[in-house]
Amino acid sequence: MFSDGNWAAIILTVKLASIVTLLLLIISTPIAWWLAHTRCRLKPFFEALVALPIVLPPSVLGFYLLLVMGPQGFVGQITQALGIGTLPFTFAGLVVASVFYSLPFVVQPIQQAFENIGDNYLEAAATLRASPSDRFFSVALPLALPGFLTGSVLGFAHTVGEFGVVLMVGGNIPGVSRVVSVQIYDYVEALEYGQAHSLAITMLVFSFLTLLLLYTVNPNRRKL
Amino acid sequence: MKQIVRFITGCLLLGVTVARADTVMVATAANFTAPMKAIAAAFEKHSGHSVMLTFGSSGKFFAQIQNGAPFDLFLSADAVKPRKLEELGWSVPGSRFTYAQGSLVLWSAQEGLVAADSPDILRSGRFRHLSLANPKLAPYGAAAVETMTRLGVYDRLSAALVQGENIAQAYQYVFSGNAELGFVALSQVMQDGTLKAGSGWVVPADLHTPIRQDAVLLKRGKDNAAAIALLDYLRSDTAAAVIRSYGYKL
Repeated sequence: MFSDGNWAAIILTVKLASIVTLLLLIISTPIAWWLAHTRCRLKPFFEALVALPIVLPPSVLGFYLLLVMGPQGFVGQITQALGIGTLPFTFAGLVVASVFYSLPFVVQPIQQAFENIGDNYLEAAATLRASPSDRFFSVALPLALPGFLTGSVLGFAHTVGEFGVVLMVGGNIPGVSRVVSVQIYDYVEALEYGQAHSLAITMLVFSFLTLLLLYTVNPNRRKL
Repeated sequence: MKQIVRFITGCLLLGVTVARADTVMVATAANFTAPMKAIAAAFEKHSGHSVMLTFGSSGKFFAQIQNGAPFDLFLSADAVKPRKLEELGWSVPGSRFTYAQGSLVLWSAQEGLVAADSPDILRSGRFRHLSLANPKLAPYGAAAVETMTRLGVYDRLSAALVQGENIAQAYQYVFSGNAELGFVALSQVMQDGTLKAGSGWVVPADLHTPIRQDAVLLKRGKDNAAAIALLDYLRSDTAAAVIRSYGYKL
């Protein structure tokens, strides 16, 4: 059903989405915890910052990432000083871009889950002399599990569905940045509509099944 | 009251003028953006018609035209798509002609990186990324691959190649410094016969098949006086001078 090129794109996409989801779970948990519990007056500021990729066109995000990670950019200067060159056109660069792009889709469900726990359980645990880390790992984390599940699924699916940002910073290199969505775009542009269909329908079915799974396993979650 | 009457009369008069002049909608290949803007402005002044320009990739326009996009004229980046549109009955037979022939340049945003008289830099390995337009989609990308093959450096460079989805993005990669150099359209880096910035080697025309860019009158514009007039104007000496000044051949 798929050519070698299409398989390479599929494998690359799954690899990218898996790594990004894993990183996002690690990064988002402290952010979500802080946002759920802080009384800092700057909270709305940080919430808006995290949510930005939801409303920003990928072209804007991709354009700025390209400049910031480029040789004259702030991040580019740092990566060059560290001796790893610049990030655009590399798999690592794609991972960094995707982490920014999918951040709100993981932070928000986890934050909501933490907020829904409320203070009662945590205070009860504290009176039973549970240490802060014990309260987090034995009480908060299990109770917030549905939020983590939602965040992982959305983060994974959103990264798989990423297109504009990859197109801007990827350079369309087979095995490095030619993900499924870019491959489909190439087919459409090259008027190879048959090839485009076979991949596009796969994406459509995958995305639907992912969301179906999410709503079946986790029917009561608050909508984004 | 007097002002209101004057305003309404003004509107009516304006309506009459607009009705008399026609509007032409033009789908223009991205690489031809700058010259087309200049040509359209001159044409509007000259004819009284108005021109609405849309810029983008020819492949996208090709798909949109077949699905009812409201364009009267199509200025493609290649010769294949206008011919196909004619075969499929979306354009007026006999209206197709070559409005410009593209030139390719190996360009860098850095001064002095690319020698003006030789492509030696391609053999030096003194760069990490070489940008080009997707050769599958863009004629300029295909010409770049052909040039590198003729020079015998394509296999060696394949690991350094990064592709923009069109020539505009290929340019953006070089302009931002993310790629040290790249094959772009001469029209993107040239103005009034000289390079605007950086350094470049203009690829000799015998190293690749000519990049013929064809225009065609679409079915939708066959009775549009403005579309027909603009198509004529594109062939005029005035337009030819503008087209040449951006580095195209005719």
